[in-house]
Amino acid sequence: MTTLTAERKKASGRNGRAAPELIFGDLWEFDPAPETADPRLKPRYDLFIGGEFVPPRGGKYFDSINPGNEQKLAEIALAGPADVDAAYAAAQRAQAEVWGRMPGRERAKYLFRLARLLQDRAREFAVAESLDGGKPIKESRDFDLPMAAAHFFYHAGWADKLEYVAPGRTARPLGVIGQVIPWNFPLLMMAWKLAPALAMGNSVVIKPAETTSITALKFAEIIRDSGLPPGVVNIVAGAGETGAAIVNHPAAAKIAFTGSTEVGKAIQRALAGTGKKLTLELGGKAANIVFEDAPLDQAVEGIVNGIFFNQGHVCCAGSRLLVHEPVADVVVAKLRQRIRVLRVGDPLDKNTDIGAINSRPQLEKIRELVDSGVKEGAEMYQPPCRLPSKGFYFRPTLFTGVTQSHRIAREEIFGPVLSILTFRTVEEAVEKANNTAYGLSAGVWTDKGSRILKLSTELKAGVVWANTYNKFDPSSPFGGYKESGFGREGGRQGLLDYCQLT
Amino acid sequence: MSLLSSRSAFSRLADEVGTVDAVGVEERVAKYTTRSIKKAAKVQGLKLAVSMLDLTTLEGKDTPGKVASLCQKALHPHSDPDVPPVAAVCVYSAMVRHAARHVADSAVKVASVATAFPSGQTPLKIRLAEVRAAVADGADEIDMVINRGAFLAGEFDRVQDEIAAVVQACGSAALKVILEVSELETYDSIRFASFLALRVIREGDFIKTSTGKTGLNATLGNNQVMIEAIRDHYLDTGVAVGMKPAGGIRTAKQALQFLVAVKETLGDAWLTSARYRFGASSLLNDLLRQIEKEKSGAYQAPYYFTEAAESY
Repeated sequence: MTTLTAERKKASGRNGRAAPELIFGDLWEFDPAPETADPRLKPRYDLFIGGEFVPPRGGKYFDSINPGNEQKLAEIALAGPADVDAAYAAAQRAQAEVWGRMPGRERAKYLFRLARLLQDRAREFAVAESLDGGKPIKESRDFDLPMAAAHFFYHAGWADKLEYVAPGRTARPLGVIGQVIPWNFPLLMMAWKLAPALAMGNSVVIKPAETTSITALKFAEIIRDSGLPPGVVNIVAGAGETGAAIVNHPAAAKIAFTGSTEVGKAIQRALAGTGKKLTLELGGKAANIVFEDAPLDQAVEGIVNGIFFNQGHVCCAGSRLLVHEPVADVVVAKLRQRIRVLRVGDPLDKNTDIGAINSRPQLEKIRELVDSGVKEGAEMYQPPCRLPSKGFYFRPTLFTGVTQSHRIAREEIFGPVLSILTFRTVEEAVEKANNTAYGLSAGVWTDKGSRILKLSTELKAGVVWANTYNKFDPSSPFGGYKESGFGREGGRQGLLDYCQLT
Repeated sequence: MSLLSSRSAFSRLADEVGTVDAVGVEERVAKYTTRSIKKAAKVQGLKLAVSMLDLTTLEGKDTPGKVASLCQKALHPHSDPDVPPVAAVCVYSAMVRHAARHVADSAVKVASVATAFPSGQTPLKIRLAEVRAAVADGADEIDMVINRGAFLAGEFDRVQDEIAAVVQACGSAALKVILEVSELETYDSIRFASFLALRVIREGDFIKTSTGKTGLNATLGNNQVMIEAIRDHYLDTGVAVGMKPAGGIRTAKQALQFLVAVKETLGDAWLTSARYRFGASSLLNDLLRQIEKEKSGAYQAPYYFTEAAESY
């Protein structure tokens, strides 16, 4: 099969005229279309302990800013060790006296209520999520909020059916769970963590990431409105030190962490020998493998969904594209065309495809890794889009000519940057895909069903998507191999990580 | 017959032009429907859509009077002078001479369906004769139907030869090749049929989704598969072919979504009536209603707009 570029060269040589090009200009430019729902932010957010909003004992607050324009949104209470102590005490009491003893069918009612209250306020929460985290409003509106509600609904359904989680055995709650969640899907990760823990009868002390605490603390309002018994969910905000206090607290029966591999390793070291259970959902460097027989335009769409969704701040992002050599030129040409029409800018504009990078440090990390890619000789392409003057933005970026030994092929960038490698045979594709410390997810694009089945067993990744990418469902377990962590979230398997079986 | 050449025409063409994943196409086009087109961009898009209309009447009960009325509306869609005339009127071949008289000396073209529209089930020489008659009567554009029977039987050469024969019969008239997508059923077949047509038609000709006479007509998915074929053909050969979705586009909102698809797939060079058309009749009044609404802030009653073609 001749490639498009080769054909084009032939065409231009034949007629002596320039190769045909598509023009993606501003002949019909869209007007700004900002989402106008009121996020109902408070100027100051306190900690949520024992069913009440309480000021931090240390009296300290930190600022949460809008990465889209660098303006301050609110002040967030900084939780110290004494606050974490109080949170664990409230959680222990609630678990032992009320929540752990409550019949599952009663717990289910609260979970259903949380889900419905979240749906009622979905637009408000979507705007708050985009303001605080920088993700495009269309994603917070169409993905984060519906999925968060879906997790509560799904686990509400489990709460009165726990005897079927492990047939023949009895599933009991663990006690108090300490949870630390990341900044890429603040509300959704909270739902992933809370829903199974609560359905199983555990109580929770949870810490959102320091750059994205607002929707978690707004969710505390929903928890309060739902009438959930005080102390079942306690929310403490802060950075690494607060996280360490949660992880090291003696009252924790289990720690669940989603975040970087570096911090995950530190947590695992800290917990060694303590008897606490642990689940980790860490980084990724997923391979998205495109074979020559794949439907290429749809593969390109999947590659774009895989790496540019949520600015690439996705642990399972398809950040390494492995493309079969016979179609490499065509796929790269199509990808370049496709990212020309991605709209980068104001996260609150309904037409924005790529919003703001979550924080300045993250933007600097992306820049540093992209610079290393250029220095190490990979070829970079960025579309010529305008970026807002204020705020943290980064153009969608493609690197071609990347090899296994480039840093951009090995390290997690966590940004809108795709490294493109090629392969010749199925065996080589599998070897390259697995040649990473991570193993969270992978994608396979081919018309051949048998090849999908073969690769899904050979790829060492927790999720393998076939002819699609970044698809999630509360009933589908999600988690990693190797340095991407252990434990599963979602489905029956996710519940098993929040109980003891006797 | 060798083993290789005995592979079906479908799989051979699939190897050449690639296949389409239906789930992926629908995911892509769903993104167009979330684009929010407001204010000046909306007005510009609505007027652009008016200028791309092939205002159509294809009824057994069409009369010279009905065609005259259609032509007048095509020339002056609305009292607002900012609203452009439509691109063309589209009629049966017997009505071409009446239409041609009314739109003479204007930018509005006369398009004629021909080749035994909508089934195409007559001998080729009769279909070609109809094309020549329509051109002789003053048709600027011919909308032909492909031989779906031959396509489904895998006789791709025959399908292509017949299109080539119609191209010849058209002379200087532009050709629009109707694939009748609902009878091809799959996105793969739509892509294959698109390429069969693209490879024998000329720069400035069109491929078109449907006759409007079957259950399912233009959808964003069908449109996407066809404009991607046009894009691939253009990048391979430099020959720029136009696109015409027809049937089923009734609202201004739908029309804007189709235009977003064009903007993001083919780019600015296709945002013109020379390369993109809408085959529709009731769409026009909804476009006018929305244009008025953007101007006055309120929706006008239907009787403020002249009768739409379908209301006779």
